[in-house]
Amino acid sequence: MTAAAQEAFAWTPENEATAQKHIAKYPAGRQQSAVMPLLDLAQRQNGGHVTQEIIEYIADYLDMAPIKVMEVATFYTMYNHKPIGKHHVQVCGTTPCWLRGAEDVMHACKKHLGIEKGQTTADGMFTLNEVECAGACVNAPVVAIDDDYFEDLTPETVVELLNKLAKGEAVKPGPQGVNRKNSAPEGGPTTLKDFMGEDA
Amino acid sequence: MPTLTIDGKQVTVEPGTTVLQACEEIGVEVPRFCYHERLSIAGNCRMCLVDMEKSPKPIASCAMPAGEGMVIHTNTERVKKAREGVMEFLLINHPLDCPICDQGGECDLQDEAMAFGRGASRYDENKRAVEDKYMGPLIATTMTRCIHCMRCVRFSEEVAGVDDMGSLWRGEHTEITTYLEKTLDSEMSGNVIDLCPVGALTSKPYAFTARSWELKHIESVDVMDAVGSNINIDVRGSAVMRIKPRLNEDVNEEWISDKTRFVYDGLRKRRLDRAYVRKNKTLQEATWAEAFDAIKKKLKGVKGDEIAAIVGDMADMESMLALKDLMAALGSSRIESRQDGAKLDTAVRAGYILNAGLAGVEEADFLLLVGSNPRAEAPVFNTRIRKAVRHLGLKVANVGSAEDLTYKVQEFGDDASLLEAVLKGKGELADAFKAAEKPMIIVGQGALKREDGAAILKAARDIADKYCVKDGWNGFGVLHTAAARVGALDLDLVTEGGIDAILADAEAGKLKAVFVLGADEFDTAKLAGVDTIYIGTHGDAGVTNADVILPGAAYTEKSGTYVNTEGRVQRTEKATFAPGEAREDWTILRALSDVLGHTLPYNNLAELRARLETVAPATTQLDELLQAPWGDFGTKGKISAGGIAPAVDNFYLTNPIARASEIMADIIAARAGDVEEATGTHG
Repeated sequence: MTAAAQEAFAWTPENEATAQKHIAKYPAGRQQSAVMPLLDLAQRQNGGHVTQEIIEYIADYLDMAPIKVMEVATFYTMYNHKPIGKHHVQVCGTTPCWLRGAEDVMHACKKHLGIEKGQTTADGMFTLNEVECAGACVNAPVVAIDDDYFEDLTPETVVELLNKLAKGEAVKPGPQGVNRKNSAPEGGPTTLKDFMGEDA
Repeated sequence: MPTLTIDGKQVTVEPGTTVLQACEEIGVEVPRFCYHERLSIAGNCRMCLVDMEKSPKPIASCAMPAGEGMVIHTNTERVKKAREGVMEFLLINHPLDCPICDQGGECDLQDEAMAFGRGASRYDENKRAVEDKYMGPLIATTMTRCIHCMRCVRFSEEVAGVDDMGSLWRGEHTEITTYLEKTLDSEMSGNVIDLCPVGALTSKPYAFTARSWELKHIESVDVMDAVGSNINIDVRGSAVMRIKPRLNEDVNEEWISDKTRFVYDGLRKRRLDRAYVRKNKTLQEATWAEAFDAIKKKLKGVKGDEIAAIVGDMADMESMLALKDLMAALGSSRIESRQDGAKLDTAVRAGYILNAGLAGVEEADFLLLVGSNPRAEAPVFNTRIRKAVRHLGLKVANVGSAEDLTYKVQEFGDDASLLEAVLKGKGELADAFKAAEKPMIIVGQGALKREDGAAILKAARDIADKYCVKDGWNGFGVLHTAAARVGALDLDLVTEGGIDAILADAEAGKLKAVFVLGADEFDTAKLAGVDTIYIGTHGDAGVTNADVILPGAAYTEKSGTYVNTEGRVQRTEKATFAPGEAREDWTILRALSDVLGHTLPYNNLAELRARLETVAPATTQLDELLQAPWGDFGTKGKISAGGIAPAVDNFYLTNPIARASEIMADIIAARAGDVEEATGTHG
């Protein structure tokens, strides 16, 4: 742990403002409703995971019992309780992705990164995890990396993606190596062509 | 008022009633785990599924409001199958360790599996295992057995008012815990043991000491505080194995405090089980005859006005009356019950009871506490105040030391002289009284034991007279800390100058002999110069300067009459015999009266109680909230500025039984955070 990380957690001025913005969305006295966005904000500020100290800080900030914040933080899988790598690679393993080759994608990730599920690479660049349905079945198989979805993956395209990320190159979210826009059919629209034509 | 049909029977219920409650009203049993009358509805165990016509699938009856024209079936094939299915799911991860589980024999899951289960499981995979959690010295945990009904979590948040318990993680990984595995910071924590429908949370002190079917349940009344919680004393042979609450909606609902529940080990420790007589400055064992003889010699030639008596906080009315009669026979009327020096008088009964009743607080819309900390003095009553604050719109204000009472309290400082302003109708407090329809004022012993206690009592009385006493409503109340106190006041056991005058006279040599009936809460060193006859149960403060010790019976060892703080007369039952030579207190006094040549005119409990009814007419009506006529009491005087000190220093140490209890010592250490780390061998 670095010296900076050992310092007591407190919002940065920008995050303080964001936190207040989240709280302002709810009626007065219902500030506790903002617990989820605040946990997320704190997780980002802390470099990817929440700690007991953060849980208590947010409990205090929202005037909640710490156990209630802890319940939320442990219930949702998007909150990490251990340090993670710079990029969090979350491979969807639920049935539609699995049918479309998620296992091969996972295997490629493991082989390329040299780690198992739940582990972080030695250089701290990647953490690999399997998640339940990411909700993008139409573009299966799907991998969520940090805040973006990368879709229609194959073992080759996912490795290419990981290589780019490792080098710090820009990557484009969405379908990879397939000629389609978002979840539109491959090769372009088959209906409403006029409508789509303008900005397709 | 919706009318619905349940198993062919029509029933009309209050709006807002659930289907499950409607079923109960006509005696149809619906199995359940998560549903509990006194907690919010969770609907997560699914055991209460019933069939509703026009519904494509069974409904959870605990969470479904009863509606007009509903047709409910609880005995169809589909309901049977649904219950079997839920039970099979619940048992997927529940260990079949009933033979080594303390809940065995009184387990909801066991009973309902027998009544509603299939008897076999199709699941052969490994069961999940959960690490046990440390929850302090009172609650033993076996978290693998938990079925996640969340009753304990809801209890701690809703009833106890301490947000310390929660369920972490999700799905199959769900685990119930206290935050960071700390001791539950509540005086009511033991109730989660009763609430747990399985063997996940059990009593740590009781662990593996008895089986439920070996126990005899004796219905009795608690004397740890002045609430008079109704209890079941569970006895095996001659030992009290545990104490559990008994339902009484008007008194304790179905809760008891941790002191009530766990004090029983103090009944076995430091007991006086034989008589002692002080010879050559040391206490020596004696027979009853020798002890009585010694008393006779000491009282020889002593005039009536040279004798006084002090009765303790757990004395039953029978013993107190026998002592009063004996004192009268010896020529003295100086018998005092107010050990803490509370400036109460006995002229008007309404002046020393909680007139509206404990349950009355649920009707009130404003409550002013004066020098009272109900959380420490009467935790069960405190949970009722909390309930009224949470659900019934009660507002609470406090004049006295500010404490965390688990609900919102508007603090007005601890200066009692504020009451004078209220009386004049000035200030925010007076406005609150004026605005309230059913206001209450509760005066605690912390205020009454002050020098100006009588003036505070008078001021509170006048405030009550002005705002709180109306047609059909008397909002004046005194919250007592001692179980014996109201009974003693009913017997008029008050003296001029109170206990301070007795102790001063003892020191000045004006008294020659003092009888002490289980009183240990005053400075007994002041009795060093007089002949002290101590009748009591424990080797506590009272015996240090005693010259003759007569071993008495504790509250579990005699049938005694007690009056709680609301003036309700209740009777304890004898659960076990007193240890060794110890005898029931009134029989000691009756036997002693014989030796002293002033035989008391009753030979059995029935005769004594007949006498009691003539002296204290209230005792003719058991378990009734008696209306007391309003009157004038207290003494007008100056209320001095300055803080009100709390009446109870340590909730867990208020009487000799609690001080002898190791469990009480353990819980004090645990709540102070001074406890060894939990290890693998912790129960």
